[in-house]
Amino acid sequence: MGESETEIELEGEAMETTRQNGQGTAAVPFVRARGLGKTFAGKTVLQGVDLDLMSGEVRGLLGQNGCGKSTLVKILSGYHAPDPGGSLEVHGEEIELPLQGGDSAALGMSFVHQDLGLVDSMTVAETMLMGRYDHRLGWRIPWKYEHRRVREMLESFDISVRTDARIGDLDEVDQARLAILRAIDRLRGVKAGLLVLDEPTAYLPKDGVDQLFAAIREVSARGVAVILVTHRLDEVAAITDRVTVLRDGKLIGTHDTASLSEDQMIEKIVGFSLDKLYPDHHEATGGVAVSVRGLRAATIDDVSFDVREGEILGVTGLLGMGYEEVPYAMFGDAPVEDGMLSFGGVERELSSFSAREAVAAGMALLPADRLANGGAGEATVRENVTLTSLSSYFSGGLLRVGRERNATEAMLDEFDVVPPEPERVFATLSGGNQQKALLGKWFATSPSLLLLHDPTRGIDVGAKKQVFLRIKEAADAGASVVIASPEYEDLAHICDRVIVFRDGRTVAELRGGSLTEERLLEQCYVTENERGTTRAGTSSDSSER
Amino acid sequence: MSVKSAEKETVPPTGGAEPPSGLSSVDWPELASRYGLLVVWVAIIGLFAALLPDTFPTTATLQSILGSQAVLLVLTIGMLYSLRAGEFDLSVAGVMSLSLVLVGYLNVLHGWPIGLTVLVALGVGALVGLINAFLVIVVGVESIIATLGMGTLLVGAGVGINNSVTSGISPTLVDAATTSLFGLPMIFYYAVALTLITWYVFSYTPFGRYLYVIGVNRNVGRLSGLPVNRIRTSALIITGVLSALAGVLLAGQLGSSSPNTAPAYLLPAFAGAFLGSTVISPGRFNAIGSFIAVYFLVTGITGLNLLGYTGWVEQVFYGGSLVVAVAFSVVLGRRRLR
Repeated sequence: MGESETEIELEGEAMETTRQNGQGTAAVPFVRARGLGKTFAGKTVLQGVDLDLMSGEVRGLLGQNGCGKSTLVKILSGYHAPDPGGSLEVHGEEIELPLQGGDSAALGMSFVHQDLGLVDSMTVAETMLMGRYDHRLGWRIPWKYEHRRVREMLESFDISVRTDARIGDLDEVDQARLAILRAIDRLRGVKAGLLVLDEPTAYLPKDGVDQLFAAIREVSARGVAVILVTHRLDEVAAITDRVTVLRDGKLIGTHDTASLSEDQMIEKIVGFSLDKLYPDHHEATGGVAVSVRGLRAATIDDVSFDVREGEILGVTGLLGMGYEEVPYAMFGDAPVEDGMLSFGGVERELSSFSAREAVAAGMALLPADRLANGGAGEATVRENVTLTSLSSYFSGGLLRVGRERNATEAMLDEFDVVPPEPERVFATLSGGNQQKALLGKWFATSPSLLLLHDPTRGIDVGAKKQVFLRIKEAADAGASVVIASPEYEDLAHICDRVIVFRDGRTVAELRGGSLTEERLLEQCYVTENERGTTRAGTSSDSSER
Repeated sequence: MSVKSAEKETVPPTGGAEPPSGLSSVDWPELASRYGLLVVWVAIIGLFAALLPDTFPTTATLQSILGSQAVLLVLTIGMLYSLRAGEFDLSVAGVMSLSLVLVGYLNVLHGWPIGLTVLVALGVGALVGLINAFLVIVVGVESIIATLGMGTLLVGAGVGINNSVTSGISPTLVDAATTSLFGLPMIFYYAVALTLITWYVFSYTPFGRYLYVIGVNRNVGRLSGLPVNRIRTSALIITGVLSALAGVLLAGQLGSSSPNTAPAYLLPAFAGAFLGSTVISPGRFNAIGSFIAVYFLVTGITGLNLLGYTGWVEQVFYGGSLVVAVAFSVVLGRRRLR
């Protein structure tokens, strides 16, 4: 182990030199791909893409949903066979395409795919060691030794889960960190390799992202090339050396990250200037429309707040601090122990409230997980978006499907859903377009209280802008809006007021001039440090939650 | 809105790469799967007609194909309601069996009027549906397990109530089932009517749409404010009642009851429902598709019987069709989601 580390060190230095004089000169790229393309059932999703990756380089791969990023990644991993005509060289050697199973690992390539690629029923230890069991004692897997090995791996990454825990019982954050750790571990001792991370930060809290970046810097210093697929441009600026932009399956260009401003990056990604991402600030002038009093639920401990008519209220905090449960608790869809909701002149006991009553009362909820809770994936777009207004198409004993289709088409047009096809299978829309369609579904009911959980999760900048615009429109029309989100920058821009949660309680409320991303971050993290001291004093008071 | 028009312009590159409309706009694989089984059905009719020119293309064979298995169609259609809502109901043959036994037991052995007997049989079907719903929704047992146990229990209960063939069922019921109209027994028309009603319910009522969406994703139904549990309960009750109806009609068709006849209907009904879900509306359990599937299966078995293959051939054909149908729908589903 110690021996190989020194080797890596040396290799890292050597790579550093290549990297400095590398670009464009005689240095051989680690990966050199030419003319990669992919056609599905007559539809070209990737076309003539060239890619040169130098050893030790961190490359951002950018583009809107459906631009071909994931397809490109999956060609490199051997999951998709590229169209004929492409070529691939790794370390200067021609590699036969398509890659066969195991090829990419043998070439020193390691992947974290968007869906993480974990199996729910496997244990942490099995997951981390899949295909790399130690066979010292012949065929028998020495589990005791293996568990210890895994424990060490987990400790090195500050992951505190049991090695015999089932993957399915872990939360998204730990699952994502395990997938990332596994990918990095597979490169252990590899001097020149490739680490591909397809939207790894979608599930990670801020400190997890910092940790990931530290790990990326470590492997790239060793000479491993890294491809990072992400929608978050601040991350791109923070970690990447260069960026490659794809649009509609074509290569738009590769640029030094430092040479592009955020606006320029957005322009390259969407193909036109977005003006600005956030709508003009709006002012809530109405009276109190919604009151929550004494809310207690699984992760919420005695919380009260009001939302005014036309107000956009953000609730945030670090992951797991309780803010995520707020929209569901208000909607009657989380087990609530206690709490009152006044809305529309009616006072309701939240512990006996249901989603059915919530919808009937004029509330709408857009959950974060669009395919698990937001939309029925196999059903058509039309069937999804008219679900809450179906009775209006039922007359004379018949569902008027033609009318339903026309109305859906008009709505898809209005909400810029691409493609605007009512009969398309919902799951085949990109994430951003799914979200826009679901906004359209709920707007058809003219809700007076709109609840959103992480409404921009995994959607591209273009869609993001439109989602913000719609939220503001709803507020301008007098609806009260509650957004539970971990995106501090977005909240700072679109909310009138943001409440910060810690351990299930509200600890800060920011508005007006003090509502900035920095202040939000500060409230989330400063209190985190304070908590360290209070916890030492009052011991198990709230830490068990 | 300038953003809107600009974004639209970014779309064509992908679309424009395709040949302009015309042939490309027809989704051939989709079309093939939508009507494929119909074509196969016609093909095997032609094949059997060529192999058996004297016995297959005859009125008697047609009557036998359409008339003899109408009960199977009723059972299959009944099962679609719970399948569409995402619940497997394996108790359908058990309900049918108990219902058949009850008709003989109450009407013949105890002299109950046939009207009341039928009502009790259907009521038992509804009750079983309700108990299934309780087990699945309130207790939280997987429907496939709960109804597997329930079905076996009911078959056993039927044997316990009357373990013998009892003939002498009320002529009212026998006539209602077997009176011939245009050469076909009335049960055929009942089954066709039930198919059409179910097609209407699934395609043209909010209830049918809700069933489907809940079957695809229950969370979405709940978060859209649908009474999800009430709809699932209704689906299981409708399946129970229609399974009992299949038992009543079988009693009428046979003129007798027996506890060992109905259990054999379970697999063909599943084969019909799953094979039916690959046609007309591929990927969805649908009534017209099930009609085609059931009669495709019956045609195949009738033809094979006439060719001299009997006994083992039914199980091989039904079982094989179920496996092929399920495999096909999995492949189809993967393609649709891409």
